[in-house]
Amino acid sequence: MSTHIVGTRIYLAVFTALLVLTGITVWAARHDFGALNNVVALGIAVAKAVLVVLFFMHVKYSSRLTKLVVAGAFVFLALLIVGTLHDYYSPHMTAGAHAPSISRE
Amino acid sequence: MSDVTRGGTAGPVHVPVRGKAHGHDHPALVHHFADLDQQREASSLGMWLFIAQEIMFFGGLFLLYAVYRNLYPHAFAEASSHLDWKLGALNTVVLIGSSLTMALGVHAAALGHRKAIAWWLIATIVLGAVFLGVKVVEYGEKFEHHLVPGPHFHYEGPDARPAQIFFSLYFSMTGLHALHMIVGIPILACMAWMGWRGRFGPEYHTPVELTGLYWHFVDIIWIFLFPLLYLLGAHQPHM
Amino acid sequence: MSDVNTAIDAARLRRARLNYLNVSYGVKSWLLTIDHKRIALLYLASVSIMFAVGGAFAVAIRLELVTPPGDLVQSETYNKLFTMHGVVMVFFFLIPAIPAVLGNFLIPLMIGARDLAFPRINLLSWYLYILGSAFGVYSIVNGGVDTGWTFYVPYSTLYSNSNVVTTGIAAFIIRFSSILTGLNFIVTIHKMRAPGLTWFRLPLFVWAHYATSIIMVLGTPVIAVTLLSVIVERTLHLGLFDPALGGDPVLFQHLFWFYSHPAVYIMILPAMGVISELVTAMARKRIFGYGVVAMSSMGIAIVGFLVWGHHMFVSGQSTYAGMIFSALSFIVAIPSAIKVFNWTATLYKGSVSMQTPMLYAMGFIGLFTIGGLTGLFLAAMGLDVHVHDTYFVVAHFHYIMVGGTIMGYLGGLHFWWPKMTGRMYPEWWARVAAAVVFIGFNLTFFPQFVLGYLGMPRRYHAYVDEFQVLNVMSSAGASILGFGYLLPAIYLIWSMRYGPVAVANPWGAKGLEWQTPSPPPPENFPVQPVVVEEAYDYAPEKGVVVV
Repeated sequence: MSTHIVGTRIYLAVFTALLVLTGITVWAARHDFGALNNVVALGIAVAKAVLVVLFFMHVKYSSRLTKLVVAGAFVFLALLIVGTLHDYYSPHMTAGAHAPSISRE
Repeated sequence: MSDVTRGGTAGPVHVPVRGKAHGHDHPALVHHFADLDQQREASSLGMWLFIAQEIMFFGGLFLLYAVYRNLYPHAFAEASSHLDWKLGALNTVVLIGSSLTMALGVHAAALGHRKAIAWWLIATIVLGAVFLGVKVVEYGEKFEHHLVPGPHFHYEGPDARPAQIFFSLYFSMTGLHALHMIVGIPILACMAWMGWRGRFGPEYHTPVELTGLYWHFVDIIWIFLFPLLYLLGAHQPHM
Repeated sequence: MSDVNTAIDAARLRRARLNYLNVSYGVKSWLLTIDHKRIALLYLASVSIMFAVGGAFAVAIRLELVTPPGDLVQSETYNKLFTMHGVVMVFFFLIPAIPAVLGNFLIPLMIGARDLAFPRINLLSWYLYILGSAFGVYSIVNGGVDTGWTFYVPYSTLYSNSNVVTTGIAAFIIRFSSILTGLNFIVTIHKMRAPGLTWFRLPLFVWAHYATSIIMVLGTPVIAVTLLSVIVERTLHLGLFDPALGGDPVLFQHLFWFYSHPAVYIMILPAMGVISELVTAMARKRIFGYGVVAMSSMGIAIVGFLVWGHHMFVSGQSTYAGMIFSALSFIVAIPSAIKVFNWTATLYKGSVSMQTPMLYAMGFIGLFTIGGLTGLFLAAMGLDVHVHDTYFVVAHFHYIMVGGTIMGYLGGLHFWWPKMTGRMYPEWWARVAAAVVFIGFNLTFFPQFVLGYLGMPRRYHAYVDEFQVLNVMSSAGASILGFGYLLPAIYLIWSMRYGPVAVANPWGAKGLEWQTPSPPPPENFPVQPVVVEEAYDYAPEKGVVVV
């Protein structure tokens, strides 16, 4: 981690952006975008997280190793989620058959 | 005493140059590190690895959420509408604010401004306490409305059973998150105290940096929890 | 005049003999140590005790299985026996053993550092291990757990009447011991290497532990949160896996095996690292294909995260997902096979000395190969359907865990024993013990392949009469194996007091750890070493025999 000192103006800018994005996500939730609902909600959350990671947590100014560790963690998280979900969503062949049929939609 | 340096016939040896802290050992320098730079880099990497494992730790719960939400979208949306999104939004703003004060606290530590460090960190603690207070209110409301999973759970509607899974997830995820905040607050208090005592400056402010990383991570978890738990049912007519 | 000189010489000699063992005495100096070498010995003592506990359960299991009917213990008790055997052996022995004992001791020495990056966190790891073990022992004494070490739901959450919560807490606490150790290793290896020690000059033992640590840091938290979910469901009724509510038990299995498969690589990779060191030192030859072996450790760690569904072929998992997991499981065998090939190629035309570490290394290579190949049998879905939950699986993983990991552990313990204690173990007794272990092991577990193939289910305390002969062979083998493990316990402890004093480098091996006295001084190296040669810089690769 470098001794680079991030200026307060950047912090305030990021803070404002985070508030704005929070407002947008609340607004977006009240509208039905159909299939895009998840994409919009997660997309905004990811954008906020990226801002916090890059600026509040200084990753933008950090070493490649730090960036690799951060990216790696998210890659493995994605692996966990995607790897499991593909049991539930794979084409035909008894996909997700073990999930109980109680009020399944 | 055995001579441990190997024979030097194999050409120039590249020895990485490490900066010394002003030619004398800083009181915070631990014995097995060559200098403060190495110590800070190592500590930072260690903290990031800890955060990486925390991502996977919460990740397990996010997986549970992802699967169940996709199995029972209607039940989840309906159950979510029982959460007060306004309180959730308030908490989001509060936590983002605490991230700002935390970042400013780290900034102050890097500059060695004693009082500023303490005040910014105290502000962070206060905002964190507000967050937890709101959560107590919310949990209290859930108890009143019999929405706590278990023998006293009571929910109107055909989707009562998956709704109970939703609330189990709600309590597990926000509970684990709150636990992390509760752990963080005493650490912040320690940092504020140490900062007030003048322990931090441009040469050495690693503990505050690391605390900042932890706090921002806790904020990021909430950034995801808020839309996933509170905003699912928002575009549906309220129950 | 000569008196003064003698006094000065004596003082110099006393200072020179100062090492990490005698630099301070007393219980506090051990329990509050932050010296990685002492912590390694603390771990050695604790994992040995837990190994004995797990072994006791194994004895009970094999005793029951001598006769076809379930006549020694009731079925509920038998469930507890195999559960506790699994829980203790996996969580309290196999996962910590090599990293916490050998890794802790050797990694700073091998990279020329004074200690690990975070010595106090290292001590905390040990205390977490002790706390977890305390909960574990409490569970055992309080009546044990009967869910199988896999804690499958909904039995563990809703129906079992045994100590699921306390065992879950024990495992949860000890997971953090593992995570912190891995974190410590990664930072140490990145940030504290001696000047000149580039990544591709590192001993393969270090590469293996680096790869293992990545798995520890990224995989372990998932099982931690999963166990937490089970505990929470049992205590707070937050029904996350309850089928009556629409919960999905197979989802638990996904979460469980996402960690527990990489966990088996946590158990085997460090042993592979040990073997790389033993083979090069005992054959006095450079490792064949250093870069490939190093990268294969990383490959195993990463691809190992992609195959967990092969434990779930018959769980109701989608066949499509099963196919993908099956294919990936075949692929993950490749880096392991590369290692076996490279070790063998290293031995070829090497100057092989058949001392105890080499005996264990050779045993490892042979037994690991058998275990690994039978893993491929299991990775094939069509075959797995027939042998899943039979003794075939049991034999497979014991070949890897016991024939592999434990032999690697024992080989490493013997190889570095002089460095750790300053004493040599008795070579002939050690060779006898190695032979007894090898024979006992094969007699115990090879019949189990046949039993499984013939259809004997695992976790059953009764079986049909036709299986008795093989079971008796297996139980007989187990007693021989147990005796084989008892021998090192005795002579290693004996040697700490009565064994011949060891020199700094009794094997004439390469590696920074041999460039410092045996036992090492507290600060490891009096002068910071500078590395100028490649790893394993023995005779040239063509294998010129060194006389």
